[in-house]
Amino acid sequence: MTRKGADIVVEAFKKEGVEVIFGYPGGVILDTFDKMNLAVPAFKFVQCRHEQGGSFMADGYARVTGRPGVLVVTSGPGATNVITGLANAYMDSIPMVVITGQVPTTAIGNDAFQEVDITGITRPVTKHNYLVKDVRDLPQILKEAFYLASTGRPGPVLVDLPKDVQRAECDVPYPDTVAMPTYRPTFEGNMNQVKKLADAIKRAKRPVAYVGGGVIHSNASKELHAFIKKTRMPVTTTLMALGAYPQDEPENLMMLGMHGTKFANYAVQECDLLLSIGARFDDRVTGKTSEFAPKAVIAHIDIDPTSISKSVTADLPVVGDVKDVLQKLNQIVEPADISEWLNQVAEWKEKHPLRFPRNGAIMPQEVLVTLDGIVKGEAIITTDVGQHQMWAAQYLHFKRPRTWLTSGGLGSMGYGLPSAIGAQVAAPDSLVFSINGDGGFQMCASELTTASINRLPVISIVLNNGYLGMVRQWQELFYKKNYAMSCMDRHDKCPWPCNEPGTQCPVYTPDLVKLAEAHACHGQRITRREDIEGAIRAAIDIAKNERRPSVLEFMVEREVNVYPMVPAGARLDDMVDSLA
Amino acid sequence: MKHTISVLVRNKFGVLARIAGLFSGRGYNIDSLCVGETQDPEYSSMTIVTHGEDAVIEQIDKQLNKLIDVVKVTDFHEREYVERELALIKVNTTSQTRGEVLQIVNIFRGKVVDISPKSLTIEVTGDESKIAAIIEMLKAFGIRELGRTGRVAMSRK
Repeated sequence: MTRKGADIVVEAFKKEGVEVIFGYPGGVILDTFDKMNLAVPAFKFVQCRHEQGGSFMADGYARVTGRPGVLVVTSGPGATNVITGLANAYMDSIPMVVITGQVPTTAIGNDAFQEVDITGITRPVTKHNYLVKDVRDLPQILKEAFYLASTGRPGPVLVDLPKDVQRAECDVPYPDTVAMPTYRPTFEGNMNQVKKLADAIKRAKRPVAYVGGGVIHSNASKELHAFIKKTRMPVTTTLMALGAYPQDEPENLMMLGMHGTKFANYAVQECDLLLSIGARFDDRVTGKTSEFAPKAVIAHIDIDPTSISKSVTADLPVVGDVKDVLQKLNQIVEPADISEWLNQVAEWKEKHPLRFPRNGAIMPQEVLVTLDGIVKGEAIITTDVGQHQMWAAQYLHFKRPRTWLTSGGLGSMGYGLPSAIGAQVAAPDSLVFSINGDGGFQMCASELTTASINRLPVISIVLNNGYLGMVRQWQELFYKKNYAMSCMDRHDKCPWPCNEPGTQCPVYTPDLVKLAEAHACHGQRITRREDIEGAIRAAIDIAKNERRPSVLEFMVEREVNVYPMVPAGARLDDMVDSLA
Repeated sequence: MKHTISVLVRNKFGVLARIAGLFSGRGYNIDSLCVGETQDPEYSSMTIVTHGEDAVIEQIDKQLNKLIDVVKVTDFHEREYVERELALIKVNTTSQTRGEVLQIVNIFRGKVVDISPKSLTIEVTGDESKIAAIIEMLKAFGIRELGRTGRVAMSRK
């Protein structure tokens, strides 16, 4: 059937089961928006306020559903605004399909209005990208885009669509299946390697499972649970994998790495078998790589061969989908006697709990502990990036995968609010909280309107310490307390230099309560400890009864550090803790 | 350690940029790069000469394989293979030196492809050491211009 390029886009979305399109229109993508609009109610539209916000929404949607988030934007600035979102999704292996408009093929290369070489710009931050030069290629390209985004190690795929291609006609059908001879990710783990793995587990006296985001991407939590229950192996999760294993179960050592628990880091440094399951030995996890898990045989299950032996050499690699490998492993693995090791780990756990000082003021950790007590692992939590992110990772307890959304690899401030909006679109009946600092919250705060007008009742918790807290912490610890540009409360009349917050500090700008109200959200500022729980409960009621979003601004103690901390480049068990 | 890597790629838009970008973005070195169509115009063959520690070479191999448009990656290290490079060399000559230059060209089985009163342009093919040797010999006369293709390699089996 002959139809236009823009119709093929709509057809692709329908056939790929797309339910929600995040986007922002503009000049050269108008033909596609025209056709998409005519196809409603086949899709739900969510119009962002800034394309970066839109890209985080599509990302949040993808993390909750496991299906590609779809974003459609225009050329030039629309496309460049998406780059941070693409890089974020690429680093965290999140499936996304992004369609960008492009100037007509005849104008490409002429520095036309709103022209950028977006396939050139995004090549290092996409799994793959396409510039469509002939409408007859479009059906195949879109089919490949969805296939690439969601298979193997998932990632974002960008399709750049010139205006004349959207308008051109063709009768090439949309393919039902896709075969790409040059793209065949190794899905099934090699049985010989799996047997070696089972042998290593049987021989190990002090094993630890180090679990990464791959377990979530491959929906392998059930298999992981069976594996851990069978082997009784202590399990530590990366930032990306919180929720992959229930946090309250005794085997769980919680997060490892720079701000991980002491007992997780001690266990990794002392273990004789480190079994990495879908994790990629990030520098925030390993600390000094040459002294990471120094006594251990390193076994590594990963679908991406480039992740294996990239920073830490794997003695026992298994390339394959985590779910497939764990299923095979569970059939043959035999538990070893590791009771002595479990006693040791339990002793560390007992001796080195996470803790924070309490005084009269609101401690940021206390807000999260209170929230944890209210939601009990039944909410979806997103975070921005910084201290609050680490505290959330430390103090919130997750029961299930896909309930924790955070910008892990890229560490992109501004992620918290829009990803929560995407999550709420994906799970309309869930309670969705975004945890933010006052710095990052301001980066995408205009998306509050997206939340309110679409009746997406996300609750933004802002831990306002008036600082870019993690920057300030590093400046305090490693730059002689020289607070260069990290004070968010600094006015031009403030004394300089200043590293002493006090009563002379100006009133915080912007007024986040008024900001919330301006965007038709409920806003509340909390200054006393005894009001923490009530404020959270009130916001939950407003979310449930009115479907109205909230902004809760907690005025927290200003100079609090995240501990424990492994300084960058130090050994994992070389942790700093103010309370030690 | 130098490695000669042959990469078979789909002849798609931007494939050279993807490969060059992979090397530059990850801090790998390209010593030489040679690209051309294969017997099937849908595919091109690239010969990349690179160097690095074993772990770096392993990553290069894996990262190349990860690119969607890459069909096959062959590292010729410790394999039987043939390699050739072509160089065009424009060398200063006078009526006195021309004979000597021609002798050198003959020894290296080169060809004269252009001649002018003040220069000879020579085409020579061979492996890297042969090209280096003739360049060394001709330096004494003054090389005005030098163009090299980079290495093309093929496994012997």
